[in-house]
Amino acid sequence: MGLPEKVGIVGTAQSKYGLVLNKTIPEVAYEVVTKVLEDAGLNIKDIENTVSASVDLWDGATASGAFLTEVVGGVMGSETRVADDGILAAFHAALNILSGDFDVVMVVAHCLGSRGTHYDITNWVFDPVYQQMLGLDYLSSAGLQASWYMNKYGLSEEHFAKVSVKNHRNAFNNPYAYQPMNISVDDVLQSEILSYPIKSLEAAPVSDGACALILASEKRAKEIAREKGREPVWIKGMGNCYDSHYLGDRDLTECSALTIAAKRAYELAGINKPLKEIDVAEISEPFSYQELLWLEGLDFCKRGDAGRLIDEGITEMDGELPVNTSGGMLAGNPYIVAGLTRLVETVEQCWGEAGKRQVPEVETALAHGTTGPCGQMHCVVIVGR
Amino acid sequence: MKRNVAIIGTGQTKHVSKRNDANQAEMVFEAASRALEDAQLEIKDIDAVITDNMELFEGRALPDMWVAEGAGAYLKHQLKIATGGTSGSSAAIAGYYTTASGLFDIVMVVGFEKHSDGHTFAGMALADPFWDRPVASAAPGNFALSITEYMASRGVTQEQAAKVAVKARKNALNNPYAHLHIPDLTVEKVLNSRYIAYPIHLFDMCPQSDGACAIIYASEKKAKELCENPAWVKAAVTRHDTPYLGDHINRLATIRTIRECCNIIYKKLGITNPLKQFDVAEIYEPVSYAEMAWYEAMGFCKEGEAGKLVDEGVTSMDGELPVNPSGGVLSTNPVGASGVIRAAEGALQIHGKGGKRQVPDVETVLVHGYGVYTWCDMMVLSSHL
Repeated sequence: MGLPEKVGIVGTAQSKYGLVLNKTIPEVAYEVVTKVLEDAGLNIKDIENTVSASVDLWDGATASGAFLTEVVGGVMGSETRVADDGILAAFHAALNILSGDFDVVMVVAHCLGSRGTHYDITNWVFDPVYQQMLGLDYLSSAGLQASWYMNKYGLSEEHFAKVSVKNHRNAFNNPYAYQPMNISVDDVLQSEILSYPIKSLEAAPVSDGACALILASEKRAKEIAREKGREPVWIKGMGNCYDSHYLGDRDLTECSALTIAAKRAYELAGINKPLKEIDVAEISEPFSYQELLWLEGLDFCKRGDAGRLIDEGITEMDGELPVNTSGGMLAGNPYIVAGLTRLVETVEQCWGEAGKRQVPEVETALAHGTTGPCGQMHCVVIVGR
Repeated sequence: MKRNVAIIGTGQTKHVSKRNDANQAEMVFEAASRALEDAQLEIKDIDAVITDNMELFEGRALPDMWVAEGAGAYLKHQLKIATGGTSGSSAAIAGYYTTASGLFDIVMVVGFEKHSDGHTFAGMALADPFWDRPVASAAPGNFALSITEYMASRGVTQEQAAKVAVKARKNALNNPYAHLHIPDLTVEKVLNSRYIAYPIHLFDMCPQSDGACAIIYASEKKAKELCENPAWVKAAVTRHDTPYLGDHINRLATIRTIRECCNIIYKKLGITNPLKQFDVAEIYEPVSYAEMAWYEAMGFCKEGEAGKLVDEGVTSMDGELPVNPSGGVLSTNPVGASGVIRAAEGALQIHGKGGKRQVPDVETVLVHGYGVYTWCDMMVLSSHL
């Protein structure tokens, strides 16, 4: 049980998400790098390695990680890039520290979603031989998954709409959120259908932004945190898992990769009853129904039972397991950044620094990231005090 | 370095201009299968997978999704590294960190590129849109600028560069996987080939290849159980530099990233005479002139003496330090795979499986990766723990 050695989190930063029209990519990243260093009380020279997360096609440039080199201390410094969600960059940064080669590693994820064409880019994720030419993208494939999920377990469009209502409302408490909204279930149900049963108020809006985190080995983490008068937040467990790429090869309602990723994380963290032992969860939900489906994959309830969690208010701010107190992706986090944002939110919850969205007495929190069609990749990180 | 790690298996495709018979996922499968066969393992034995390529060359988004199953990452930890030309070497180093973390025992790294699926030159041209794109983007153009500076400062001749090009292609004849097999290449033919950009002749430059390469890492315990001659990782260092080409003065002659990596590694391992202490070097030389610049930066000779090293055949197969027995990047360049190939070919020499390209009694190998912004990854592999 437990990671081979302790890995601590000593600093976090987020940008205000939304449409960024007047800044370049390095400028957006520089903002969170400056903030995360300030939050940790460190100087850029203290950073021994940086793992960034970004994707060439979103950036419209080849080897686009290079946009960050100068702002992350990469000039004559050590730096690498994960071309996927930021939560995987954090996972890899933790491995960097466990290897013993580094004591302090920074993670930075950025994406200016508004600069690319969402349909094209997510269509190009699909294999070019069979699926891409069908015109599938994240949205249309999500429609298939949502329909299957509804039919299999008898969930309703109202269940999905309630998730959207909750997360948009939670977003009012989050100064970084892009689109807080006071909306009703009816508002959601009557919004434009994008890909049945997904409505426009149930899909994460296109947004821009960046997010950053600093990880450190046990000894350094304690020293760094002490200077700031706080304790490090520790990574208790983490798991990442890829599913089959071809939609036809998967039971899209089972999210088996998530179940495995969660199992790995829970085993390391020694968690047996997730609903009881986890105080707050931040789940990547590019579409409202996915929050429910992922709750099942994360073993917070039995299969097909997630509708009950939202009906009974269990995942509300004052429920047994507040989910997406930040407003989640629905309130506006860009792809690629979103998973790291989830992790940063849980760390801030553990520190008690989450402001108006703070859940009382958080000991253990769960962050989840996903990418790929219908959640082909899932990554789960458990953090705690 | 807390935990020892070794490369225990390698596998690659036969690299060619155009693979009409296999797509990217299938090429990845081919390389991964060969690495498993080489290590006498089954896919279930692999705990985690690192993939890498330069996705913009083929116009794919998140290609780790499509190739996941081919790489054996189904239901496993996977992530994709992308750092431009150094992608493969960065992935190789990421594989080392992943294994050294103590969280995974056996880790496979698969690099791939299928240049024939896209337009490499267009991909390369997507440098920084404000400063570099209009003036000096893509490899031959910006190499040409710095090569003329290098020639002027060190007195290297076109004939000496041609000798490097001939050496690489001669070595490639011993490597059944190498792309270019040009049995009758002479210095005269190189000098008579057309200019791509002065002073670079066609045969001075690397090809564009379709190919994939895989390596398998194991923890100390597993490596000792599974491999007769494990290639132990003794050091791994990354240094990046500013991505703005205009900020590099005398780029090739200076190449401060290689110098810094060598400073760190040589100091750590007590290397004072690299020419004697290394038995083989697998270095990333996209153009013949670069190989000579790297010799100087790596301390194989004094500044200005790289041409002499080539004239005297010191780095030929029967010389004091054979450089690129594989034929190097000059003979084979599927970019995302090229850095992995360097590590694979280096490990192969320690495994004693080099076939006709085997150098006798190899104990210590230098492995190097390079990217267009003068980025550098470096590893040292050893037959001794």
